Amino acid sequence: METPIIEMKNIQKHFGSVIALSGVSLSVYPGECHCLLGDNGAGKSTFIKTMSGVHQATSGEIFFEGKPMSFSRPREAITAGIATVYQDLAMIPLMSVTRNFFMGNEPTKKVAGISFFDHKKAADITMAEMKEMGINLRSPDQAVGTLSGGERQTVAIARAVHFGAKVLILDEPTSALGVRQTANVLATIEKVRKQGIGVVFITHNVNHAMVVGDRFTVLNRGKTLGTAKRGEIEADELQNLMAGGQELAKLEIR
Amino acid sequence: MSQTQTAATPDERVKTRSSFHQLLIRPELGGICGVIIVFAFFMLTAMDSGMFSLSGVMNWSVVSSQFIIIAVGACLLMIAGEFDLSVGSMIGFAGMSIALLSVTFGLPVWSAIILTFILCMLIGGLNGWLVIKTGLPSFIVTLALLFILRGLTIFGAITATNKTIVGGVRDVAQGDWLAPIFGGKVFTGAFQWMADQGWIDTFSRGVKKGQPIVEGIPMLMVWALGLVIFGHYLLTKTKFGNWIFAAGGDAQAARYVGVPVNRVKIAMFMFTAFCACVFATAQVMEFGSAGADRGVLKEFEAIISVVIGGALLTGGYGSVIGAALGAIIFGVVQQGLFFAGVESSLFRVFLGVILLLAVILNTYIRRKITGEK
Ligand SMILES: Nc1ncnc2c1ncn2[C@@H]1O[C@H](COP(=O)(O)OP(=O)(O)O)[C@@H](O)[C@H]1O
Ligand SMILES: [Mg+2]
Repeated sequence: METPIIEMKNIQKHFGSVIALSGVSLSVYPGECHCLLGDNGAGKSTFIKTMSGVHQATSGEIFFEGKPMSFSRPREAITAGIATVYQDLAMIPLMSVTRNFFMGNEPTKKVAGISFFDHKKAADITMAEMKEMGINLRSPDQAVGTLSGGERQTVAIARAVHFGAKVLILDEPTSALGVRQTANVLATIEKVRKQGIGVVFITHNVNHAMVVGDRFTVLNRGKTLGTAKRGEIEADELQNLMAGGQELAKLEIR
Repeated sequence: MSQTQTAATPDERVKTRSSFHQLLIRPELGGICGVIIVFAFFMLTAMDSGMFSLSGVMNWSVVSSQFIIIAVGACLLMIAGEFDLSVGSMIGFAGMSIALLSVTFGLPVWSAIILTFILCMLIGGLNGWLVIKTGLPSFIVTLALLFILRGLTIFGAITATNKTIVGGVRDVAQGDWLAPIFGGKVFTGAFQWMADQGWIDTFSRGVKKGQPIVEGIPMLMVWALGLVIFGHYLLTKTKFGNWIFAAGGDAQAARYVGVPVNRVKIAMFMFTAFCACVFATAQVMEFGSAGADRGVLKEFEAIISVVIGGALLTGGYGSVIGAALGAIIFGVVQQGLFFAGVESSLFRVFLGVILLLAVILNTYIRRKITGEK
C-alpha cells in the first residue's frame, strides 16, 4: 500500500474556549483529489491551516511522507511541499502577476556583487506558466486586479505547482465564481492531479466536488463523519451529511 | 522594435493598447503633469524675477532636495503599508542631539553624527516594533512619538544649555572629516572655473570678489539624488522591493507565502528615521546650529509629496520617482511664489489645488492599472 503524502490523525484545535476542531482525520495520496466538504463555519479553513503551518494543532498527529512532523510556521510547510491557496488572500491585486507569482520566492541575479530581482526570468516563467494554464496575459506587468476571479485562482494554483508542491490545498477556490470560471478552475485541478500532486479541494458545493473528487470527507461542526470513495456515495447523501445528517461511518471508512 | 509578443495569440477580450498609452499610464504621471504645470506657471509669471538664474535654480533645488530626502523614506514606508508622523520631531531631535553631543559635551563632530544616526534608527526601529507588537495603526503610535520626541528635544536642550537653540556647530565642525559629507559642497573647482570664464555670476565686491555666487553643488542635493536612486532600485529592482510592495499590499497574504513582513516594516521605519537624520544633519551643518522646534510639520510635507507622487495612502502601491517629483513640486511652488512676489498665503491655496488635481489623476491611473473599482 502506498503511503499518503500527508496524513492528519485526530486533529483537535481550540481557540480559547471555542472548539473549532474536535478530532479530524484525513489523508492525501499522490495524484488524488480529496474533497473536504462542509457548511460555513464547519472548520474547513481551520483544519487546512493546521496542515499548512498557520495554526498549530491543540492535539493530534501529522505524518508527512510517513514521518511524524509538525509545522510551526507556513514557511516550513511550503518548504516541505505543502502549498496552500487561501480562501480570499491568494493574490495581491495591486501587484503585477509576475510580482505575485514570485512573491516570497523571487529569482535573483548578481550584478557587480549586488543581488537584483531577475525581472526578465520572472516575467518569462510567468508568461509561460500562464500560457500553459490557458491564460493569455497582456503583459507580465499586468496587475492581478485586472484578472477575473477564476484567473486569479489559476495564477495561484500555477504558482503553487511551479514551486514544487506535493500537496496542493485549495480553500473554496470556486465559491465566488461563475459557471465558466468554475469549469476552468476544475479543469486546472484535473491537470494538477494528473501530474501526481495530491489535491485537497475545499468546497461547500457538492456538485463541484463530484466533478473532480476521488475521495470525500465531510466536516460538520468541527467533527468528521468519515471519508467515502468516489462511486460509494451519491451527491444528495453528501449534501445531507453536510447539513448534519446520518453517520458516514455506516457507509465506508477507509 | 516592439515585435516581441507576436508569439502569443492575443485574447480577443483584451483590448490591445498602443505603446504610447502604455507609456502614459504609469504611477508617476500625476507627478510629471504637476511638474510641467508648475514650471509652465512660473516660466510665465516669474521668468525675470531671477528664479531661473543659476542662484535662483539653486535656491529651489536645495529646498526641493530637502523635501526629497524625507519623501523617499516616507514613500517606501507608505508602500510598506505604514506611516511615520514622528519624522518632523525626529528632525528636531537629531539636530539637537548632534549639537548637544558636539558643542555642549565636546564629542568630536563625526562621533556625534554617528551616535545620532544610531540613536535615531533605534527609535525608528522602536516605532516599527511598537506598531507590530501592539497591532495599533502606525498613525497612532508615531503620533505618540511625535510628542515624545519633541518634548524630549526641548527638555534636553533646556536642561543642558538653558536655551532652545544651540549654536556653535560650525566652529566645532571645522576640519571634521564627516561633517562635509552633509554640509559641504562638491564641484567647487568646476564652478570657480566657470566663474573665471565669465559664464556664471561672481561677487563684484567685498572679500569674495571674483568668487562665484554659487560655489558648488551642496551635498544635500547629492544626498537627495543618491537616496532617490537607492530607493528606486531597492523598490523596483530587488527581492526586498517586492516584499515592500507585498507587505503593504496585503500583509497576511505576504506572510502566507513566507515574506518576513515584520522585518520589512521595521526596516522601513528605520530607513525613514535615517532619512530624517540626513535631513537634520545637513540642516545643522548649514545653519551651524540646532533648534528644538526644527522640522515641525515636515512629516505632512513628506506624506503630501508621496501622495502627489502617486502612492496609495493605504500602501502596496507607489513610486519613489513619483515621490521625488512630488517633492520638487512642493519645493518649486514654495520658493516660486516667493520669487513671483505673491502673497505667501497663496502658497497654500496653490498647493492644495495641485494636491487635489494630482490625486484625482493618480487615482484614475491607478484604477486603470490595477483594475480597482
Ligand atoms: N482565529 C480564530 N479564533 C477564534 N475562533 C476561530 C478562529 N478561526 C476560526 N474560528 C472559529 O472556528 C470555526 C470554524 O471556522 P472556519 O474554519 O473558518 O470554518 P469554514 O472554513 O469551514 O467555514 C468558526 O466557528 C470560527 O468562528
Ligand atoms: Mg473557510
